[in-house]
Amino acid sequence: MQPFDVHHFNDNTPLNTFSTAKTSRFLAGGTNLIDLMKLQVETPKTLISLAKWKSANAISQNNTHYHIGAMVSNSDLAKFAHSEPSLSVLSQALLSGATVQLRNRATTAGNLLQRTRCYYFYDTTKACNKREPGSGCTALNSMNRIHAIFGTSDKCIATHPSDMAVAMIALNAIVNTQLPDGTERKIALREFYQAPGDSPHIESVLQDGELITHVSIEKKERGTQYYHKVRDRSSYAFALVSVAAGLTIKDGRAHNVNLAFGGVGTTPWYPEKAIRVLEGAEISPEVISQAADAELATAKVFGSNDFKPLLLRRTLEKVLMEIFTHQSDHPHHEGALHGNA
Amino acid sequence: MATPNSKIVGSAVNRIDGVQKVTGQARYAAEQMSEQIPLVGWIVASDTAVGEITSLETGLAEQSEGVHAVITYKNAGPLKPFGKPADESRFTQSRAVLNEPHIRHFGAPVALVIADTLEQARYAASLVDYTIEGQTPELLTHFEGATQVPDSLDGGFEPDATSGNRPDNSDVKTSVDSTYTTPSQISAAMEPHATVAEFKNGKLEVFTSVQIIASAVEALAITLEMDAENIVVQSPFIGGGFGSKLGLHYDATLACIGARHLKRAVKVVLSRRQVFYNTPHRGHSTQQMTLSANSDGELLSIVHKSAMPKAKGYEFAEATGAGARVTYQSQYIESTHRVKDVDLPLIDSTRSPGDAIGSLAFESAIDELAHEAGVDPLTFRLNNLPVVHPMKGTPFTSHNLGECLRQGAQQFKWQHKPQPSKGKVIGHGVASAMRMNVFVESSAQVEIDEQGKVTVRTDMTDIGTGTYTILAQIAADALQTSVDNVTVQLGDSRYPASCGSGGSFGAASTGSAVKRACEALLDSIQSQLPSELSNAKLYVEEGKVKAAMPNTDDTATQFLITDYIPTNTFPISAIGKVSEDDTSDDEQYSCGAHFAEVEVDTYTGEVRLLRQYGMFSAGQILNIKTASSQIKGGMVWGAGYALTEGIHHHENSASFVNPDFGEYHIAVNRDIAEVSLDFLEEPDYAASPVGAKGIGELGITGAGAAIANAIFDATKVRVRDFPITMDKIISG
Repeated sequence: MQPFDVHHFNDNTPLNTFSTAKTSRFLAGGTNLIDLMKLQVETPKTLISLAKWKSANAISQNNTHYHIGAMVSNSDLAKFAHSEPSLSVLSQALLSGATVQLRNRATTAGNLLQRTRCYYFYDTTKACNKREPGSGCTALNSMNRIHAIFGTSDKCIATHPSDMAVAMIALNAIVNTQLPDGTERKIALREFYQAPGDSPHIESVLQDGELITHVSIEKKERGTQYYHKVRDRSSYAFALVSVAAGLTIKDGRAHNVNLAFGGVGTTPWYPEKAIRVLEGAEISPEVISQAADAELATAKVFGSNDFKPLLLRRTLEKVLMEIFTHQSDHPHHEGALHGNA
Repeated sequence: MATPNSKIVGSAVNRIDGVQKVTGQARYAAEQMSEQIPLVGWIVASDTAVGEITSLETGLAEQSEGVHAVITYKNAGPLKPFGKPADESRFTQSRAVLNEPHIRHFGAPVALVIADTLEQARYAASLVDYTIEGQTPELLTHFEGATQVPDSLDGGFEPDATSGNRPDNSDVKTSVDSTYTTPSQISAAMEPHATVAEFKNGKLEVFTSVQIIASAVEALAITLEMDAENIVVQSPFIGGGFGSKLGLHYDATLACIGARHLKRAVKVVLSRRQVFYNTPHRGHSTQQMTLSANSDGELLSIVHKSAMPKAKGYEFAEATGAGARVTYQSQYIESTHRVKDVDLPLIDSTRSPGDAIGSLAFESAIDELAHEAGVDPLTFRLNNLPVVHPMKGTPFTSHNLGECLRQGAQQFKWQHKPQPSKGKVIGHGVASAMRMNVFVESSAQVEIDEQGKVTVRTDMTDIGTGTYTILAQIAADALQTSVDNVTVQLGDSRYPASCGSGGSFGAASTGSAVKRACEALLDSIQSQLPSELSNAKLYVEEGKVKAAMPNTDDTATQFLITDYIPTNTFPISAIGKVSEDDTSDDEQYSCGAHFAEVEVDTYTGEVRLLRQYGMFSAGQILNIKTASSQIKGGMVWGAGYALTEGIHHHENSASFVNPDFGEYHIAVNRDIAEVSLDFLEEPDYAASPVGAKGIGELGITGAGAAIANAIFDATKVRVRDFPITMDKIISG
């Protein structure tokens, strides 16, 4: 670990008093950044700790939206979302991630910005364009079981590891930020992440020194919801494939299809093409298969992740059939398929 | 007179070190303090698998804050080259590192940076600049690549063995010809390998985490070219070993080199990633199996051929074919082992030798044959049990595999499956376990003071298995006192040399040595009594050593030993020793039957264990609670082998893709459901004087195969490449 300075941001300190140099990092829960610093994957010279930023550690709501502060812990958010039927899928996604100990530390903004768990990103003896631009991509031609099939480039095929972000993509969350000059931005999460292209080290549209202040989620009906995460062990593992879904039924057809995929994209994946097939359709294995076909048309596999299209197809069928059946049997049900309904 | 307490041995006595462990009072190696706070060493790891260091720049690191020394092959001091002398055992040969510019594997130490704090050492390590002129590493990538016959196999098995005559084709009704693979695996002990070393008055004092103390002393003496008398090794508590701590590793060598160089206490604790590279792993295996049966469902032939890598310069090859040679009767049995020398980190005992992965493949293949023959897999196994060793014809001291299978099936409710929920299927699987019993030379001292306090001392270790407790039980039983009255002191090379912990031999061997020591102690006391009292039975009561002399009328006359033996004679002690002479030459095996119930998602192929159950026979059980816990742990490891664990190799660099617990998936709590077991208890005094046989490696042997067979039962998909992940099921 390289020596570094720590500065503290709080509610009374303007953002522009801190360094926006590329060697600065905001430190939220630290559950990812500190690990990366120990391994010299991240080597910041300055950390701007957000631990004393009290106002960001709150969840509020008005008539139209929930507002989740940047520093709200994953545990607190999971608990809140568990109590709000329309946010059930977010609660399920959060609780499928990491461990209680990590969720107690990890924050909302930090979770959105966590780095990939690509094996080669973590191993500084291996080429990685994300860690060291221009050095090459080891994953392309090595073991790549956990790697992406959507949004890949010949420079990077690493997945975004978050579960929370997948649910938030499905829920069409808005990221609210503040720039060092004090101006504020609202960015749809579906447009927040950047696919690797030729610059895998750039992962979002955030500018230097731009700070996420909170995440907003619109209040609306989401019907029966299910986050199913398929992984190499039943807990404490990242998704090989995950599906976040919620839908209501109108005249026997799917309505308000909220859908996103994890573990398969270089970004938390918004499956627009699949949704187009599903929205307004009478859900059946055939329709789901057509939706999967539409989305998978652009998928690329890389050897040891060749199983992912089939696994995604199967997982999508399971999730959609189960929630569609449940919603058919329990019209206007709002909440989790299993458990906390 | 004291209550007869002959039931102390076997009873569920709580771990006598349990409170110490859960309250943080038990000091593990890395927590040991001398008078000075130890300096901390951090490894600069090689980024190349094999080659020569051509440049090495340590100046910046040496000037970095808090750094005391940067040790490399240039200044490490005298060291016997790694693996020498060749005629020593693998645990007493030199464990040298930093003795030459040659690098033998990826992640090997290039330098050790020693600083005041871990953070300083770790940062300074990043400032060491080196170049290694690398060669292309050799790996084993296909079955035919392994052509070398190993000199020997772990456990003393012959590499190749054949018995009987090949069956006539006309007799063969069903056959199976399958190739199984198991991946590289790691022991994954919770406590990483750690050592604190210090020279005090010319003596080297080492706290380390090691399963066998006596060989560790020898290894250090050879490595550092010192007299063994000047070395003390202590390992009072060990946070799991599973074979990975049978011998010493680089943490120990480096801490000693550092302490010698700086004349200060030095601590080296491996990080989890460093554990993967600087301690042993199990090599991946390819096992080809050709089995056949006749129309009566009797096995005609078993052919098991194994190919595995062997780490260059280190003699270790494991007997994956051990189970195929002994579990079932068959007209023809052939078992071969081939290896290839590879440029990988140390390959050595991991969890359970050979049997663990041999049983995954063999017991799956037996299941395939039963299925082909149309016979229930439990019945098929019962129909093919041997009476004597199937290859050698020699008798077993005891053999309860059949009863384990029969009674186990009853307890488990074999093939009485619950109704699966929608979108799921449920399956049952069974597998046999045969684990060779090994009895090893061992010794212990038992002492009694005038208040009747008993102390057991031996360099035996407790690797979390309950050794402290069972030795106290054996001593309390033999000396007719209570467990509370016995203090057990372990893991110190100044105590009598034991066999250590490993190969499932620790409890029976050292337990027998303690029993012998108690007997010798009683003899010694009785010999000091007047001859007319020589039949008196000793016991301890109310803080006094007493004896009862039986009278002719069924009563007994009680007296104080100190009435006859002067108090200044106390403490009285005796040494007990056991050797190979104390065990039978017949075949000795612990037996078991594993059962598993799994649920598989028909959409995604995700497997959930619902139940694991086992019935075991291992002679006298010394403590039902610690024995059960140990077997359960083995069953959980078996689940990991079946479902989740595997090291992935990056072949170009001969490095590991997933050297951490984030991506090397040991089973977590949610992966494991109900785990239960029973023992068929029957002391086997032919095996050991305490009547016990090994249980340490019995729990894992067959556990994974039962799960694999249950998955087949549920899905009709036979996955032959472990671990059985969902992708293999849905594409099967």
